[in-house]
Amino acid sequence: MSQSKTRNSKAVSYNKWGYIFLIPFIVVYLLFQLVPLVTTIYYSFFDYYRMGLVYYGPFANGINNYTQIINDGYIFTYFKNTIIMWIIGFVPQILVSLLLGAWFSDNRLRLKGESFFKTVIYLPNLIMASAFAMLFFTLTSERGPINQILTGLHIIKEPYIFLDHTAGARGLVGFMNFIMWFGNTTILLLAGMLGIDVSLFEAAEVDGATSNQKFFRITLPLLRPILVYVLITSLIGGLQMFDVPQILTKGSGAPMETTKTLIMYLNEYIKITKNYGMAGAISVILFVLTGILSVIVFQFSDNKTKVK
Amino acid sequence: MRKKALSVLLTTAMVASMFTACGSKDSNSNSSTGGSGSDKNHEYTVSNGGKVLNIYVWNDEFINRMKDHMPGYVADEKDPLLGTLDGVTVKWTQVASDNNAYQNNLDEKLQKQATAAADDKIDMFLMEADYALKYVDSNYTVPVDKLGITADDTKNMYKYTKDVVTDANGQLKGLSWQGCPGILFYNRAAAKEVLGTDDQAEVQKAVADWDTYVATAQKMVDAGYKMTATSNDTYRVYSNNVTTKWVEDGKVNVDANIKKWAEDTKKLVDMKACGTADLWSDDWSAGFYPTGKVFCYFGPAWLINFCMAADKEGSIAYEGGWGATEGPQGFFWGGTWIAGCDFTDNADLVKKIMINMTCTDDILVDIVVKDNDFTNSKPVMEALANGTKKVQDADGNEVEYSSPVFGGINPLSFYAKSADKIDLSKLTGYDQGCNEKFQQAMKNYFLGECSYDEALKLFYKDIKVVYPNLKTE
Amino acid sequence: MARAKNQNFSKGLNIHTRRTISYVVLSILSFFCLIWFYILFINATRSNSDLTTGFSLLPSNYAFKNWAGMRKSTSDFVRGMINSIFTSGCSAVLCVYFSTMTAYAIHAYDFKLKKALYTFILAVMMIPTQVTTLGFVTMLNQIGLVDSYIPIIIPSIAAPVSFFYMKQYMDSTLPLEIIEAARIDGSGEVRTFNSIILPIMKPAIAVQAIFTFVGSWNNYFTPALILTEEKKKTLPILIADLRSADFKKFDMGVVYMTIAFSIFPVIVIYLILSKNIVGGVAAGSVKG
Repeated sequence: MSQSKTRNSKAVSYNKWGYIFLIPFIVVYLLFQLVPLVTTIYYSFFDYYRMGLVYYGPFANGINNYTQIINDGYIFTYFKNTIIMWIIGFVPQILVSLLLGAWFSDNRLRLKGESFFKTVIYLPNLIMASAFAMLFFTLTSERGPINQILTGLHIIKEPYIFLDHTAGARGLVGFMNFIMWFGNTTILLLAGMLGIDVSLFEAAEVDGATSNQKFFRITLPLLRPILVYVLITSLIGGLQMFDVPQILTKGSGAPMETTKTLIMYLNEYIKITKNYGMAGAISVILFVLTGILSVIVFQFSDNKTKVK
Repeated sequence: MRKKALSVLLTTAMVASMFTACGSKDSNSNSSTGGSGSDKNHEYTVSNGGKVLNIYVWNDEFINRMKDHMPGYVADEKDPLLGTLDGVTVKWTQVASDNNAYQNNLDEKLQKQATAAADDKIDMFLMEADYALKYVDSNYTVPVDKLGITADDTKNMYKYTKDVVTDANGQLKGLSWQGCPGILFYNRAAAKEVLGTDDQAEVQKAVADWDTYVATAQKMVDAGYKMTATSNDTYRVYSNNVTTKWVEDGKVNVDANIKKWAEDTKKLVDMKACGTADLWSDDWSAGFYPTGKVFCYFGPAWLINFCMAADKEGSIAYEGGWGATEGPQGFFWGGTWIAGCDFTDNADLVKKIMINMTCTDDILVDIVVKDNDFTNSKPVMEALANGTKKVQDADGNEVEYSSPVFGGINPLSFYAKSADKIDLSKLTGYDQGCNEKFQQAMKNYFLGECSYDEALKLFYKDIKVVYPNLKTE
Repeated sequence: MARAKNQNFSKGLNIHTRRTISYVVLSILSFFCLIWFYILFINATRSNSDLTTGFSLLPSNYAFKNWAGMRKSTSDFVRGMINSIFTSGCSAVLCVYFSTMTAYAIHAYDFKLKKALYTFILAVMMIPTQVTTLGFVTMLNQIGLVDSYIPIIIPSIAAPVSFFYMKQYMDSTLPLEIIEAARIDGSGEVRTFNSIILPIMKPAIAVQAIFTFVGSWNNYFTPALILTEEKKKTLPILIADLRSADFKKFDMGVVYMTIAFSIFPVIVIYLILSKNIVGGVAAGSVKG
């Protein structure tokens, strides 16, 4: 057996491990996710719901569910709401996270209590969304402390009931999402930053680079995969925004459904009525929507990487 | 090879999933629109001799009632969800009502009743008025006469408690030990200040009907008070006094009194006589204290005794500063009904519990004294109301029933009067969704976000989601 | 925006001013992060009636009564906590181990279906969990897996989001040379993965372990649909049970106490793991 042949066959035998390592994921996915997913898609072409003890269907109805959703048009409103509230939360989140990441990884800044701050910022994520919402009700109520302070300082004349106004309600949802998730994003970015080879920074310092140059020339480009991850998962998470507006508005998306999100729409068809038909169709549309958006983001980030 | 193996795996999974999909379809299609309606000629399967009595509840209220009052019931010392009654194990299953989890779980189990193992069959479950008809109008609940409970056993009950659980064919399918008639509680200090008197008869005149109520609200606003804390406080009072059903011939129908609620409340919100917060919110409970400046609340006995901070120094209830009167219309709030299930294998025990807990005067008096419930027996409550029946106070003396939150007066006569007036023959199985969605949609109208018609449109849209089988407009 | 801000900071300002600004911003953020815990723990010391008076900054003296109220309820919260620790712990361990393995398979090997499978996993990442709920629960009912931890724990093996993070992390920090080197040293593939790759991935693993643990800890939606047997319920379900208590016993003080009680272990576990992240900087072995 020649040397080269051995190497070749070894490479092949190594690569079979790719499949072997994938087995657990694929098997579990097929069993627990794909079967329900196929059921979901299948029933989206049926008139089929169970309303408590009453059930109706399944009767095949072609693409009726889809046309009904599109004709009703609510899905577009909810899509718009979702995106607006996501942006309200995400823009400050990514800015603050990058800023904190830059500060924490800047060895000239040498912040005292750095590990304290690093630890603290993630803490809000540990509170259940429902408990968090309960606290927000207390704080923002008509006679709650925020209104007391604002009226006390004569910033506003009458109490401002956040959840009664579109801007206030959306702002509150965005703010809560920001508080809950900016620590998460910072940790992700930091973990990425901490994985960067220190010698790169040392070399740059020898060449006289400033902190900012190091951040923009070394950190950011090397961080791109993690940034793409943050953007994609945040977008996906944003499109799946549910618990905060659901609990804050008790599912109504008040005022006038301006805080109603896509998943709240879906949830209506799941919760009281098990409407397999409509919920299935909404799910498929959601999936397609998310897919398109993600492909755009991927494309965008891929191009950038190539330019580099 | 590998590729093949994987594709085989994929195909198998697809086939398997299609199979499950088809399987579930087949199992349902034979009764594709079934399950609804209670069939007059349905043969109920009730038997005896089961080893386990399964009871579904959403909280521990009834578990404790049984523990405290049911003769022969012995609660397990360690496990609060176990007990024994006449040698049969009593097994409680508790599922919270949050997110509809209780009903979802119950529905799932009820649909498997026929085929479930004997010890897993549900024998009894509890339900609330809002959705009771959903179960009552199905074949899953057994008419009480099939269990051997006669009209004579239930003759003392308030009529409304029977209306709630009477199906479309007139069969009584559940019983309740409690009544929850509501009255109007007024802030006596506010009444004195604005109306010049806190005398019950005089205050009643100022809230005798909805038009005088709105006029009084204006006076309250002028004096710096709110009439009620929130717009939802009065909803129940209007919705318990409808003359048409929420759903008539499969079509959603807004009763004139419901519409009147929307109109009156819009006026009240516009004149700032009430806020638009939800019940149980901080803005709602602010009026429990004099600083909250709220004139009145609508509620049953449990509201004032347990929720209105009667144990908190400085609260109106603590100072005994509430007055009680009938208000514009009678209504009820809360209450729990017990139903026996089809396929129960402990029919006699179900009957025994129902008879003891809901039809036995002595036990009902005990419940009043120990748990402050308003119980479901007209003669008992009237005797307590007019003082002919005494209760024991903390020192064991025989005294007339009274309530410290009203400064020591006995409010039972108002409750009893209200309970008598309630007529719930217009209840439907759709009320829970309709009431919830209507209030939700109208809030936008109150806030000035949209017109009444637009809010109504929103309501119709929401209803189509909750009840896809209904027609709107 | 971020760019402009950052440049301003360094060009115009000296290190002391920058440091001051950092401290101010961090302090404000910390306030917004910690205030919730403060209110939560304060509320846990207040009685139900006290809570109806609205917000307070000062603790009250009801902590023990609320604690007693919690212990007295029909739900066994200690048991619930053990259940939660068990399910969340198992989920986190399975999730990070197999996500790393899956990512490693895609990262380190070349095989025909690699691209297709990678795209497939990314695609399934975009499916919201709620989408499959109806089918999932129906399926569990059909195969009799209700009231079991299996459908709560096992699916975390296939967690596309964690996988994606691991893959991205490997892209930025795991050179293939390390694997080559290990092979030359005669290390088998499984051993390479377990004893070389996993330690390198420690910071990423800590991050995903926290996320998965917390996500699973706070998950109410799926467990509530699956678990009805009292002894198997997890904390979020028990809290929901408490909140649907009848009006006469509805006690927000106890609810807050329970929430505080249920948050406590997550904080502890988080603090332990967060040290690990900071310590993970010493993962110099990567670059060696």
